[in-house]
Amino acid sequence: MQIKPIIAALRHHKAGTLLIALQIALTLAIVCNALFIIHLRMAHMAQTSGVDEANLLVIQNGWVGKPAAGENASMLAADLATLRKVPGVVDVYATNAWPLAEGGTVYGIGHTPDKLALVTSTAVYFVDDHALATLGLKLVAGRNFHADEISATGPDHVAPAEVIVTRALAERMFPDGSALGKMVYVSAKPSVIVGVVERMQAPWVDNFAAKWADYATLVPYQLMDSAGANYMVRAVPGQRDDVVRAAPKALLAANPMRVINRDNGVQTYADIRADAYKSDRGMAILMSVISVMLLAITAAGIVGLTSFWVGQRRKQIGVRRALGATRGDILRYFLTENLLIGIGGVLIGIVMAVTVNLWVVTQFEMARLSLGYVIVGTAVLLVLGQCAVLAPALRASKVPPVEATRSV
Amino acid sequence: MRGMTGYYFRLALRSLRRNPLLTALMVLAIGFGVAASMTTYAVFRAVSGNPLPDKSAQLFVPQIDNWGPASRKSGGDIPDSLSYTDAMALMRAHQAKRQTAIYPVSYTVVPGAGSQPFTVNGYATYTDFFPMFDVPFRYGNGWASEHDTQRANVIVISSQLNQSLFGGTNSVGHTLNLDGHDYLVVGVTADWNPQPRFYDVNNNRSFADAPDFYLPFTRAVDMQSATTGNNNCFGSTGRAPGWDSWLHSECDWVSLWLELPNAAAVTHYKSYLEGYVAEQTRGGRFRWTGGAQLFDLVGWLDHEQVVPPETRVSMMVALGFLLVCLVNTVGLLLAKFMRRAGEIGVRRALGASRRQIYVQFLIEAWAIGVAGGLLGLLLTGVGVFGIGLVFEPAIARLAQVNLTLVGLTLLVSMAATVVAALYPTWRAAHVQPAWQLKSN
Repeated sequence: MQIKPIIAALRHHKAGTLLIALQIALTLAIVCNALFIIHLRMAHMAQTSGVDEANLLVIQNGWVGKPAAGENASMLAADLATLRKVPGVVDVYATNAWPLAEGGTVYGIGHTPDKLALVTSTAVYFVDDHALATLGLKLVAGRNFHADEISATGPDHVAPAEVIVTRALAERMFPDGSALGKMVYVSAKPSVIVGVVERMQAPWVDNFAAKWADYATLVPYQLMDSAGANYMVRAVPGQRDDVVRAAPKALLAANPMRVINRDNGVQTYADIRADAYKSDRGMAILMSVISVMLLAITAAGIVGLTSFWVGQRRKQIGVRRALGATRGDILRYFLTENLLIGIGGVLIGIVMAVTVNLWVVTQFEMARLSLGYVIVGTAVLLVLGQCAVLAPALRASKVPPVEATRSV
Repeated sequence: MRGMTGYYFRLALRSLRRNPLLTALMVLAIGFGVAASMTTYAVFRAVSGNPLPDKSAQLFVPQIDNWGPASRKSGGDIPDSLSYTDAMALMRAHQAKRQTAIYPVSYTVVPGAGSQPFTVNGYATYTDFFPMFDVPFRYGNGWASEHDTQRANVIVISSQLNQSLFGGTNSVGHTLNLDGHDYLVVGVTADWNPQPRFYDVNNNRSFADAPDFYLPFTRAVDMQSATTGNNNCFGSTGRAPGWDSWLHSECDWVSLWLELPNAAAVTHYKSYLEGYVAEQTRGGRFRWTGGAQLFDLVGWLDHEQVVPPETRVSMMVALGFLLVCLVNTVGLLLAKFMRRAGEIGVRRALGASRRQIYVQFLIEAWAIGVAGGLLGLLLTGVGVFGIGLVFEPAIARLAQVNLTLVGLTLLVSMAATVVAALYPTWRAAHVQPAWQLKSN
């Protein structure tokens, strides 16, 4: 195939050629960045929380009136006992927060009592000795809390003698791997690390928590909050939905002076996960829809413009056919022409994709575009161009040689 | 010329009918491009609007650096709320025309025998809150300023809470029981929920449902009602358990808003604030100097990054999409117009001026723009309806199809198509009649 005559012919269609190339370039720039955003969001959603999501549910319970500190502890104990009796419940504990809750407690953690040079932030989960069994957390070193280590505290006072930390936090605090038995400070008093669990995600999935999303500290406290209490309940596999219905009924029957909101008072982990990652899922959907529409519009544009060129050049095609060119020659001519325009387009597009990404990176907290997306995007657009041009090119190849003798 | 417009319009329709596929392609491209842009713009406008356009220039938020430079070693900023100590000092000094400390609280209401108790969310404020923020009232008014100093059991409720508790009747003078304490209703607000909720953006409630009630800040503190918003503390020293020690700690949880009606008042407040911080340094409470800031409402929303980055990214991507659709349309129009070079040549040879060619082809493009706009309008409706799938429900429901959006969609569509047609039309108008006639 001779490329020179094709380029010479394209010179006569400068505007159309440039427009197709520009469209391919813009499409590549946008689709690369959209694909990249989709990938980032999917990767974000793929993080595991570390807890047994399939069988867990959370009950958010508000007290009517503000119970006094003394009453609070007995009300909490009564509720835990009530929940344990609900058929299908494996275990339960009361807490302040849970992975993906989008609300909770954060403390700085460091090696000195004043903590003014803290090492990192950490999510703080109030737990009792039932928490590991309820959440299905795997202990990789040390031990669980003992029942006699659990004490009652208000939301504003955290100074535990013992803590359990996630493996990620243990390695951050003691990179040499010797965290077990060491002292850390979340308050002015030292806390000894008695256990290390494999993984438990922080309550937040937003950017602000990204640096410490895997750092969680479990503290042996029962939270005495006069506003209410949250219960983490683990159900027997397959019986979660029964527990969702039965648990609030049992609580209300035992003590009606409480508020369990109808819409979000009882949430399964599936609900919690969907809520937490709503904007990630939404962005992934939006970017996919826009990418698909963009590719469709670009393909349609190529079909439209090439059809016009074929129509315009019927006479020339007829002449070439009369002079001995085969149908295959004509077909190849249009395919090669499109490929040349496509290559020009993607070359500009790559530059644009990188430029757009550099701008996006400065505007939003986002990583750099990786080369893979550019390569995939380029391949997709070139193949798409060839497919789009196929129908008009086939039509061109069917122009009979006799066309040469006809005037318009 | 006027008569010709109608003729050109008929010509345009005939020409568009001649290539239904090409026409459909252009209308679809314009329609989808405009709809994507308009849908994302509707969301962006909803979240980035000025919640109080008439008043925003007079409303200010002070910030005080009560943690010092050490707190910013690993990034971060001056705390975005105040400690109780600083908020009360600024309230007592009374250096602004109006001022209110604010924090979010929540209680349970027991409506009466047989009814389920429910949770209500509201704000502890000073009475200046209502005139400062132009809060509209259905019944009654805000409480008297004496009520703030007397720490009185008074409350202003929302029209929605008034509806569910008092059936929408004038409840001023009635009492309402929150967590076992009676409050006298002094006012019922009309529907009021500015978006974003500028006075509480630091608690992730920028786009929440309207609050149920407002009660005196002083009363809420007496009731030991903890904040339901963020409570930020730095370091570990000086924090003992108990309500009073929390009030006197360096934990930050109070928002403070000021009304400063003119530039002189702003200058005055700035120097007062700097003086206050300097005094804290002299007194030994702060071991650093400076660190006071004053933001106006719009500056504050910007500083707190209230507009979710998703809305901005999606609008940018949608605008890019519209641009591709336009390039696509330029190409197709060029093809369509140049195919009629012969026809143009004949018309020009028969005496049509370039101007007439321009008018004829721009009208044809405009017709495509109108069709694309109508399709775009339909798709924007679908888009706004389906936006809940993509954005947080609290944000999605803010995006609405209204007259402005309808007008804007049609306008953008027509303007975009006419702009896209400029180059193809220019090419069409510069067809050489002689060359066309000869070649055929």
